[in-house]
Amino acid sequence: MRRAYFKFSWIAAALLAPQLLIVFVFFYWPSAQALYWAFTLEQPWGGGNTWVGFDNFRKVLSDAYYWSSVRVSVIYALATTVLAMSMALTLAIFVDRQLAGYKAYRVAIIWPYAVAAPAVGLAFQFVFNPGAGLFSYINTIAPGWWDLSKYPWQAVTAIVIAGAWKQVAYSFVFFLAALQSIPRSLTEAAAMDGARPLRRMMDLQLPLLTPTFFFLLVINITDSFTDSFGIVDTLTGGGPFRATDLMVYKIYADGFRGFDYSGAAAQSIILMLLVMALTFVQFRYIERRVHYT
Amino acid sequence: MTFKLSITAMALLAAATAANAEKAKFEYWYGLTGDLGAVVAETCNRFNASQADYEAVCVGQDGYDKAVQNTIAAFRAGKHPALLQSFDAGTADLMLSGEFYPVTKLMADTGVTVDWADYFPGIANYYSSKSGEFFSMPWNSSTPVYYFNKDHFAKAGITEAPITWEGLEQALVALKDSGQACGLAYAPSAWIDLEQFSMVHNVPVASNNNGYDGLDTELLFNTTLHVKHMENIQRWLTDGVAMMRTQAAGKTARDSFVEGECSVFFSSIADHNTVHKLKPTFGWDVQIIPTYEGVERKNSVVGGASLWVLSGKSEAEYKGAAAYLAFLATKEQQQFLLENSGYIPVTKSTYDALLAEGFYAKEPYINRDIAMKSLTWSEPTELTRGIRLGGMIQIRAEWLAEVEAAFAGQKTMQEALDTAAARGNEQLARFAQTYAGKSFP
Repeated sequence: MRRAYFKFSWIAAALLAPQLLIVFVFFYWPSAQALYWAFTLEQPWGGGNTWVGFDNFRKVLSDAYYWSSVRVSVIYALATTVLAMSMALTLAIFVDRQLAGYKAYRVAIIWPYAVAAPAVGLAFQFVFNPGAGLFSYINTIAPGWWDLSKYPWQAVTAIVIAGAWKQVAYSFVFFLAALQSIPRSLTEAAAMDGARPLRRMMDLQLPLLTPTFFFLLVINITDSFTDSFGIVDTLTGGGPFRATDLMVYKIYADGFRGFDYSGAAAQSIILMLLVMALTFVQFRYIERRVHYT
Repeated sequence: MTFKLSITAMALLAAATAANAEKAKFEYWYGLTGDLGAVVAETCNRFNASQADYEAVCVGQDGYDKAVQNTIAAFRAGKHPALLQSFDAGTADLMLSGEFYPVTKLMADTGVTVDWADYFPGIANYYSSKSGEFFSMPWNSSTPVYYFNKDHFAKAGITEAPITWEGLEQALVALKDSGQACGLAYAPSAWIDLEQFSMVHNVPVASNNNGYDGLDTELLFNTTLHVKHMENIQRWLTDGVAMMRTQAAGKTARDSFVEGECSVFFSSIADHNTVHKLKPTFGWDVQIIPTYEGVERKNSVVGGASLWVLSGKSEAEYKGAAAYLAFLATKEQQQFLLENSGYIPVTKSTYDALLAEGFYAKEPYINRDIAMKSLTWSEPTELTRGIRLGGMIQIRAEWLAEVEAAFAGQKTMQEALDTAAARGNEQLARFAQTYAGKSFP
């Protein structure tokens, strides 16, 4: 493997400094603060705190409801990622093949990414609301069948669809860029050898897409762990009976709404470790199958 | 064009600053939103126009919980307002932190005379220390009632709105028999079903007289009449005399009522104004929350929010804040709030004056003062002063999640309330550990 070496230079350091400062102020400092709070009981209005060691972690990890929150977070992350990436890839292939109307939806598909998560949640309220939304038509045929406030699986499905819808745009842009960077000569050569579009996609385009695929997998999983708050808050509020109480939503509810800063800090640390572990696993085991050209 | 506009804006700003140069400014952060937020903003405008010494800078914070959250963040950075409008559940931490200026003391220090005895005991007790000193200034006050459709009641042959749960159940059955598909539009509410219910029945929510007497408090609601009450509600839902009506289920209880779909719903008296504005096409009225037969009814307690003065501000700001609080407490300004919201008067003199003027005899205020009847039913007892629990917001959330699970048939109501109490007790233990050695003043 080739490696690049750079000589230390003051100009480079000066150019890097603002960026590093931002990373420090907005990431390392709060993380360090959270780590400290996680081992104490912090009084919200200041006035001191008590060192409690691993108590906060013990309390969180011994809570059965916390584990169900972890479980639903993992389900949510995997389901939104799979759904979003498969939809994005399908759409990107259509656009790449320049099927009818591709120019219009090449632009349209990028929009959802610019919509804030709470707005996505609100928009999907109009879709999923059992009394007035699009899904209420199901209830006119089978009364009471669709009710987010009653059936946990429906509530989870709703946030997964809303979350995936938001993620599609981002993945789409990357997939399309990757598809368009595949040299035309390769596709043409394959076509001359008699490979039809589906065969060309399976044997040629998808293998060449693996680096993009891997990158998007990591980003999407991380994003669905940390960026799901707004959707849950507006769509289900964590209910019914905690069924959609995702980890990041629980942190908000305990920390900000309930003033339990320390418990929330401990949960943040656990979430951070979980995301780091997942990313590590992906780099360790999935990246092996990725071929960079 | 833009350039010209910005010049004009700057000129205006400069003029405004010059005019206000001598006025001592203080900040006030409030949680009310929408129409009610506009009422708060208007009280500030009126205050600023009423005198030349102080200027209230009032900032809406988009909800009670956000108002408290933002104030805590600002407080930790030393940039907090002098005044904060906070809801009851958000104040246990503030009380123990001591980072506030009790209004009794503030008024005494700034030489503003307030007749504290004029406040209704149900309100005064809630916002004051054991020694009777007011922590915060009562302002927008409410208490729960139930709203009923008079036309539906008449059709079902119910002549009087019952004030017992047994009576209400009979009424709901009669409504169903009269062909009314939805009797009670029910939405679980810890504030009404748990807290206010326990008050009027004089049963404890928690030990230590609902937390007043110490931090080593345990929840008791899973052992009281509350359990039977929740089981009854569950039975009504199963029997179809009550229907679940929440936002998540598609329609709120209030909307179901206003549209004439359901005959009864429980809510704060603050909704009286809203229901009136939505102009239902039927006759309606309100009644105090029922009690079970054989129970001696006690007072309900105040809901809504009060105004807290925070520590660490300058003397000028405190003087301004005191002047503003005194301004809000005048009969004229209380009446302004009552006319533009569903809230109730907080002082006896204002209430008496309004009664004498016939305020409550004309629409849309008729019978709104039934809330006063509920609030002043008895002198507050040890158990009906109010509730002082840390982690109240989480306790309410635990209660709601568990009760919903019981309604969905996942567990029995007793199991649900046991779990809610056990989880709430963990919160209380954490709270006691966080403030070890302290007690509510």
